[in-house]
Amino acid sequence: MTPRLIRADQDVLGRNDRPVTITVDGEPVTGVAGQSIAGVLLAAGRTAWRYGRTGAGRGVFCGIGVCFDCLVTVDGVPDVRACRRRARDGDTVTTQTRVPSDVDTVTTQARVPSDVDGER
Amino acid sequence: MTRVVVVGAGPAGLSAAATALGAGARVTLIEAAEQPGGQYHRAPVAEFGAGRPEALQHGWRDFAARRDFVLSHPRCRFLPDTSVWALEDPDAAAPAGRPTGPTTGPTTGLVADPGRRRTDRPTHLDVAAPHDPTGPGSTAVRVPVVHVLTGPADGAGRRRQAIEADALVLAVGAHDTMLPFPGWELPGVVTAGAAQALVKGERVAIGDAVVVAGTGPFLLPVAATLLGAGSTLRQVLEANRPGRLAAGWGSRPWQLAGQAGKLPELAEYAATLARHRVPVLLGRTVVAARGDGRVEEVVTARLRPDWSVLPGTERTVAVDAVCVGHGFTPQLELPVAAGCALRTEPDGRSFVAVDADLRTSRPGVYAVGELTGIAGAPAARAEGALAGWLAAGGPDRPAVRALRRRVAAGRRFAARLAAAHPIGAAWPGWLRDDTVVCRCEEVCVGALREAADQDPRVSKLGTRAGMGPCQARICGPTVAALRSFEAARRPDDGARGASPYHRPLAQPIRLGELAASAEPDAEPPEPVPDKENP
Amino acid sequence: MRVVVIGAGIVGAACARELARAGCEVVLLDRGGAAAATTSHGEGNILISDKEPGPELALAQLSRALWPQVLAEPGTRPIATGRAVGTAVADRARTEAAEWDTKGGIVVATTAAGATALRAFAAAQRAAGVTATELSDDALHAAEPHLTRDHTAAVHYPQDAQVQPAGAATLLLGDAVAAGAQLRTGCAVTGPVRSGGRLTAVRTEGGTVAGDAFVNATGPWAGAVSASLGAPIDVRPRRGEVLVTTPQPPTVFHKVYDADYVGAVASDEAAVQTSAVVESTRGGTVLLGSSRRQVGFADAMPVAVWSAIAAKALRLFPGLSGVPVMRAYGGFRPFVPDHLPVIGADERLPGLWHATGHEGAGIGLSVGTGRILANLIGGRTPPIDPVPFSPNRSAVAIGER
Repeated sequence: MTPRLIRADQDVLGRNDRPVTITVDGEPVTGVAGQSIAGVLLAAGRTAWRYGRTGAGRGVFCGIGVCFDCLVTVDGVPDVRACRRRARDGDTVTTQTRVPSDVDTVTTQARVPSDVDGER
Repeated sequence: MTRVVVVGAGPAGLSAAATALGAGARVTLIEAAEQPGGQYHRAPVAEFGAGRPEALQHGWRDFAARRDFVLSHPRCRFLPDTSVWALEDPDAAAPAGRPTGPTTGPTTGLVADPGRRRTDRPTHLDVAAPHDPTGPGSTAVRVPVVHVLTGPADGAGRRRQAIEADALVLAVGAHDTMLPFPGWELPGVVTAGAAQALVKGERVAIGDAVVVAGTGPFLLPVAATLLGAGSTLRQVLEANRPGRLAAGWGSRPWQLAGQAGKLPELAEYAATLARHRVPVLLGRTVVAARGDGRVEEVVTARLRPDWSVLPGTERTVAVDAVCVGHGFTPQLELPVAAGCALRTEPDGRSFVAVDADLRTSRPGVYAVGELTGIAGAPAARAEGALAGWLAAGGPDRPAVRALRRRVAAGRRFAARLAAAHPIGAAWPGWLRDDTVVCRCEEVCVGALREAADQDPRVSKLGTRAGMGPCQARICGPTVAALRSFEAARRPDDGARGASPYHRPLAQPIRLGELAASAEPDAEPPEPVPDKENP
Repeated sequence: MRVVVIGAGIVGAACARELARAGCEVVLLDRGGAAAATTSHGEGNILISDKEPGPELALAQLSRALWPQVLAEPGTRPIATGRAVGTAVADRARTEAAEWDTKGGIVVATTAAGATALRAFAAAQRAAGVTATELSDDALHAAEPHLTRDHTAAVHYPQDAQVQPAGAATLLLGDAVAAGAQLRTGCAVTGPVRSGGRLTAVRTEGGTVAGDAFVNATGPWAGAVSASLGAPIDVRPRRGEVLVTTPQPPTVFHKVYDADYVGAVASDEAAVQTSAVVESTRGGTVLLGSSRRQVGFADAMPVAVWSAIAAKALRLFPGLSGVPVMRAYGGFRPFVPDHLPVIGADERLPGLWHATGHEGAGIGLSVGTGRILANLIGGRTPPIDPVPFSPNRSAVAIGER
């Protein structure tokens, strides 16, 4: 399975891991304290967690906060770069989508009817 | 006392902070990450409890010494977790009624670093440094106000401050350039820098069966890092051919002498790859990635010198990750926002134009490290050291002249690197009409080709390429290159380039944060008189 | 008749289109790229709601009636460098290219005094033929669920619409070129050639261009261009800034603005003025305006202006507080001291015509302006009275006459 966490007992850095647990779309996901949200997700084997308008999945691309591919919502705050945000115990992560059918939950029917010219 | 603000705490910025402190300045060091180091010295944060953080690092001892010197210095204010989201012309901010010119006064005889042994000194320059009243810090220039947000990355309700400076050193670095190819948007296709950062900062290996491709010596440490993480490297592919590499690297070898440390480091990576019997192929690259929902295989092909594909040389390699880097793109939005002029390399890459003393075209603003050219950490440190000293108004002296020589040597090294690893002009031949170019808005080549005869701004609005959350950081230079490529095929076209680096909002800021007013620059702590110099 | 239109923004494009279709030989010049300046820096407003009864409202109503016709006519694909590409395409594709959206506007008052003023304003507009419907609290909440409940009155203007301005402009340009107009970009006008007291040609970077009529459609640069031709008009740049959020789920469904906006438009203040204008785009981003400053062509962006725009937008949509702004841009509107466009012949210099001075309304008013100007040049009667827009009025013509 890929991607994966380097095992602590084989790590030349001599790690002393403590777990960190976040929820992702309601599911608990455990990583290593100190990892970014992207690190936690990747170490848990997830490679895609954001969906573009065409439905294509995205995850980490640049890894250093430039490409904005890895955006997630954290505790209700949207558009957080998962590669830059340190995971904290209890973070509630929600994945994001721009697929129109998923996005239009409020729907445009909220609009006041405005076909004054009947051109559409 | 001169107030020097350094943006970025990688090798260049940290050196700049160190010498600015040594020259007697009050320094504010701003870093987006939680700890100094930049990409080169990226390391797990303390929570990992790593007993041997140096195990993966080159030059860690020097780095750690310099870091400790800077962070513990009484005249240094270190702002981690801090993003610069705007640079504002002070005259635009307050058109009238404010004094012009910095509040510099003479400072005398400050010894920056009395307690250290000479062998630990981070630079040549952290010695007694009477303030030079003719230095740039004391001329009546007004450098941009630095608007920052401090708090968890992309958080809401971060602390907003407006920091004033007498001199500004920009050391924000670069990110991988990645040219698009069919399938590059699949999960599992990452930049070489991402693969490196995931191992160094997260202890995550991006895949088990990996191809590393692109151009430039940086591919070697990335490959070595992945080997160290237990990945199997199927291939390492350098797109440029042996003739080009030899012409770039081989001639005038004495010019490499100034880059002590860089060449042994690269040789060590090469030896690691050889030991693991990793196939390293020249003149070949990844031209497509395929897979169902994530990358499962890549198509590689032999390239001509202009990077057009040699037909019939395509091969398929099964992978679960591919790491690609076609050199580096400097993060130019802050220099552009500060009004610094850029220069363009023959292959179209832009960097900040600086003189031999790292001065940009904007008085009081210095640019160092990968903003000025790609030459690796030693050159970045030399540039930072020189700029920090001069920004603080440090006087000329033999050590300064020695630094100038190191900076010049770094410049020559960068030129050779660029000559050996150019981007071939024919790379758009890899693309298909349905290849994604703008990853954010999922704009494909076909749509851009159709709009190629429009003014760049009009084309951008029509296609939305570059209008998504990354604000053209990834696709901007590519779209500009594609337009030139298209224009070359249609000589009647009058398309002109637009700067893909103009981003007055340098980082996203939440509306609530923007609506709140900035805290005025908190009075930095009173400098503590040095022991020898009460 | 040969007409040289100076400025290939949306107003120049609309004039070129009408003139070419009326049989004129049209040359369209721009010192930069087509649709690249003020046209591509605005939100693409086609507004009725912010116009008080009078000549500008009449022009807005004319333009609003023309837009669907322009988009429904068979034409060409939008282009921007002078080559007509492709054959006629269906009106649906044209509508798509222009991102035509009859979203409607909602004007919101948040104070008691504001409510009184808004109701009076709307009543006067209704008398002038504008559809303006006051919304009950429930109707407003249904129409804009994320809008603050802290409001005192709201009026719905279903005629308000929006286009993607650069797309709309290139569509008009494509039509003009298909009708025979010639577009020359990168061709700045440097001075006049006069003969017998008439303007007979303009000198440009690309040589001298002769014609029977010359249309100054250079937007905020119309003052400078008219002065260089020897007949200065008082058109000044008025700077504006727009903030753009990251793409959001649907949050704002109409063009929603604060009732203060009308006052800011009508004001003569040179100092910065801000009022909230909030709307979403097809890309999902939310555009936040607006500011008005007279600072010449200085393009620095004070952070304080951004902050003021953000604060006022949050008063209307407090729920946007956590939404990131990812881009800020600014542009220059062509401001005229008496707030009326400048359309018609310049008496001081026969051969010179003007089509400029629309301030922030040029996208919407472009097609009506093109119609009026083409009628005047062709000696036909325009659909509305053009006299209030005369360049010869005292607020506009500068210097000796």
